[in-house]
Amino acid sequence: MSSLSEIRQLFFVECEEQLEELTDGLDALQDAVSDGEQDPETVNTIFRAVHSIKGGAASFSLDAITRFAHVFETILDEVRGGQQELTSELMREFYAASDYLAELVSLGAAGDEPDAAALEGQIERIGALSTGEDDGEADLSDAFVPVSLDFGFGDPAGDDAVQSDGFSIRFVPSRALYANGHEPLHLFRELETLGTLSVEALLDEGADATDDPETPRLSWSLTLETACDEEPIREIFEFAEPHAEITIDPLPAAAPAFDLSAFEAPSDDDEGFAPPAFPIPSEGEAPEAGSDVLPFPADAAAPDAPASDAPAPDAPAPEPDPDAAEEKKPGAKAAAAKATVRVNLDIVDDLINIVGELLITQSVVTQAVQEAGLQNGTRLATSLEEFRSLTRHIQEGVMAIRAQSVKPLFQRMGRIVRETAQIAGKNVRFVTEGEDTEVDRTVIERLVDPLTHILRNAIDHGLETSETRVAAGKDPQGTVTLSAAHRSGRVVIEVADNGGGINREKVLASAISKGLVAENAVLGPAEIDRLLFTPGFSTASAVTSLSGRGVGMDVVNSEIKRLGGRVSILSTPGEGSTISISLPLTLAVMDGMVVDVAGETLVVPISAIAETIRPKAAQLHRIDRTAQMLNLRNVVIPIIDLGQVFGYSTESAIERDGVLLLLEDDQGTQRALAVDRIHEQRQVVIKSLESNYGHVDCVAAATILGDGRIALIVDIDEITHRGAPASSASASGPDTKGVSA
Amino acid sequence: MITGEAAPKGRKGEFLTFYVGDQEFCMDIMLVREIRSWTSVTMLPHAPVDVLGVMNLRGDIVPIVDLSARLGLGPCERRARNVIIIAMISEQVVGLLVTAVVDIVNVAPEEIQPMPKISCAEASDFIGGIISSKDHTLRVLSTDALGATMSATIRALA
Repeated sequence: MSSLSEIRQLFFVECEEQLEELTDGLDALQDAVSDGEQDPETVNTIFRAVHSIKGGAASFSLDAITRFAHVFETILDEVRGGQQELTSELMREFYAASDYLAELVSLGAAGDEPDAAALEGQIERIGALSTGEDDGEADLSDAFVPVSLDFGFGDPAGDDAVQSDGFSIRFVPSRALYANGHEPLHLFRELETLGTLSVEALLDEGADATDDPETPRLSWSLTLETACDEEPIREIFEFAEPHAEITIDPLPAAAPAFDLSAFEAPSDDDEGFAPPAFPIPSEGEAPEAGSDVLPFPADAAAPDAPASDAPAPDAPAPEPDPDAAEEKKPGAKAAAAKATVRVNLDIVDDLINIVGELLITQSVVTQAVQEAGLQNGTRLATSLEEFRSLTRHIQEGVMAIRAQSVKPLFQRMGRIVRETAQIAGKNVRFVTEGEDTEVDRTVIERLVDPLTHILRNAIDHGLETSETRVAAGKDPQGTVTLSAAHRSGRVVIEVADNGGGINREKVLASAISKGLVAENAVLGPAEIDRLLFTPGFSTASAVTSLSGRGVGMDVVNSEIKRLGGRVSILSTPGEGSTISISLPLTLAVMDGMVVDVAGETLVVPISAIAETIRPKAAQLHRIDRTAQMLNLRNVVIPIIDLGQVFGYSTESAIERDGVLLLLEDDQGTQRALAVDRIHEQRQVVIKSLESNYGHVDCVAAATILGDGRIALIVDIDEITHRGAPASSASASGPDTKGVSA
Repeated sequence: MITGEAAPKGRKGEFLTFYVGDQEFCMDIMLVREIRSWTSVTMLPHAPVDVLGVMNLRGDIVPIVDLSARLGLGPCERRARNVIIIAMISEQVVGLLVTAVVDIVNVAPEEIQPMPKISCAEASDFIGGIISSKDHTLRVLSTDALGATMSATIRALA
């Protein structure tokens, strides 16, 4: 076993998983409430999550979490038992409670104590929902103080000779057990963590020949040899109990001394004490008594304490057992879905750096081989090709390790939405889409602040109040949708609200009053939208605690740019706004086209290139002295000359018999990039220019080529928008507009 | 952090002396990472005249600044003895192209005199102090001032 602090660490990691499950469950329940249907299993899931957190917290003496989770659990239990009707009011309280629980967990993880008054207030608030007489506290002591249950066969802590060494359990499931998705095998595995278990399946020979194939015909008779009392066993069957006939009888202390029991306890001892109706003809069981070996080593995560050192003179305190055993349940479920390994992030980061160096070395080797003038097909060339393919696999694998689904991020945002909605007094429905989209974790981490800003803005400024919405003939409840998707090698994250859209008049007036725009300026809708990203801009008439300090969107914009992404707004008056963030999948490596421009080597991201064209003279049209257009399949596309943009050359690459790279961005804007020559397509390791220098116009980053020289990576987005004058952008539509900031 | 004052009082600090054009300067050796001979650099578009480009320093991208141009002494004349001093300037790694490296001298902090505020030459903005010994004076390069103006120029261009 690892040190206590490590276990504690693990507990908090598991808490995060439980909180995720809790939020998932609440979301499912929320849908169920609005649809009027509900699956009891959903409530069970939520209950289990809260219960597991409570259990774990209790073992680490995290009183705040334990107490709060307990009252939360109590009210959930009432819902589960049908004593409480699930209302949307109650759902809101559940969300609030789950948010507060998350807060307590993060405080606990940081080793901080929550504000006592707030804690009491929250406990009070949740406790007030309860209809039962259970005031929480009494039950708490009941659940977490070691309880010595006297079953009438001796003092548990007393002489081991009279200690019970197990239970005989009869388990007859009803049809509802299976209908609710329970699996007896899981229950038995749980039982096994408490001691040595022998299971016997009994086929219902009664054969009342029901035609219904769903009626269970199997029942089980189990013998559990354990030092535990009945309580943990009951806990295991807690969720199954309503749907099955469960009888738990203690096995009288027959063969107590454990060493001896193995030799002396004859099998008929077991039989003798088993319930008469269900004899256990398990001859082989007795010798196993006292054995330390758990038949299912996969359950190694199970607490050590309840292992079958049953007759030890000091019976283990039963306190942590129920919860420890309980805690495994959802965990085990998740493990079945997806086995995972937890790795220190530093190791992964180191690996990424090494892979980057490996890629550079590989290109150095490749170049050296080429320079040596070896023929294709030689052994060296073939091996090199293989080497290259392996490197690529390694790189993809390492990137996959770092990739994470955006789900935890989205759930975190859900908390922010609820919090904001409450403060702003707006009725908001929060919808998430594409939660399984995977993104490099460094990107995810750095998305927290920008997304928080955008969501707060969407709720505070974007959505109208319920009254205004009703007046406009809309659903009084506003909707904010957060979605993620992979689109052409990038990740697109969108925040959409169905509010009033951007009030362009107000935006313009505000910008003029702040001196950001000249008073007589005439701006197109797109340009007005873009003002939102101007530093120091804010439209909120009053500064609220949420937004209005004018440090929102420009911070978002610069942060996203730093991630190699871009932000755009699409707004329709009266219908809402969508803010899209387009991000690279990873920050470390990308596929690039190595090109030659007026003697300099540059890299163009492959993701932006739609095709390469060697233009015929007839396709080229000169617009003015410098500008040229390409007529491609009857579409006229502006040509941007890289050499001219970068100041490498005054004449166009086309005049040097160059090549055109056709670029297409998310909004469908097409541009042709003129370069002299295409060298090759390869993976390049992205190196920041900004750490030692600063931002360079139209340059996204740099990379190191095979010969050790540096090549600049072209920022396609900047270059296309630089080539497009603002006037042409605002001509495409009066209201709806994609603005890239 | 004016270079000369970095060393504790009484203990002699080491200074790297070098020529920029025909003038002698020095800087705190603690800021110098290494000295490299000139290699070709990758040009940066729209860079200020004194930023020659970037070079690969064992996987790091390092900008190379022509110190002569930066100090207002005109572009550095290319000679075989030209070297690049790789230095830490305001937490950034920067290569400074100088005409030639001369020596390493030991100087006690009290020997560094403040720069008299009379000159209006551009170079004086970058001088943190003056070390005068028997036959010649050495100007201590203020890397802070150098770094600050450099990032300001880059920002202005971006």
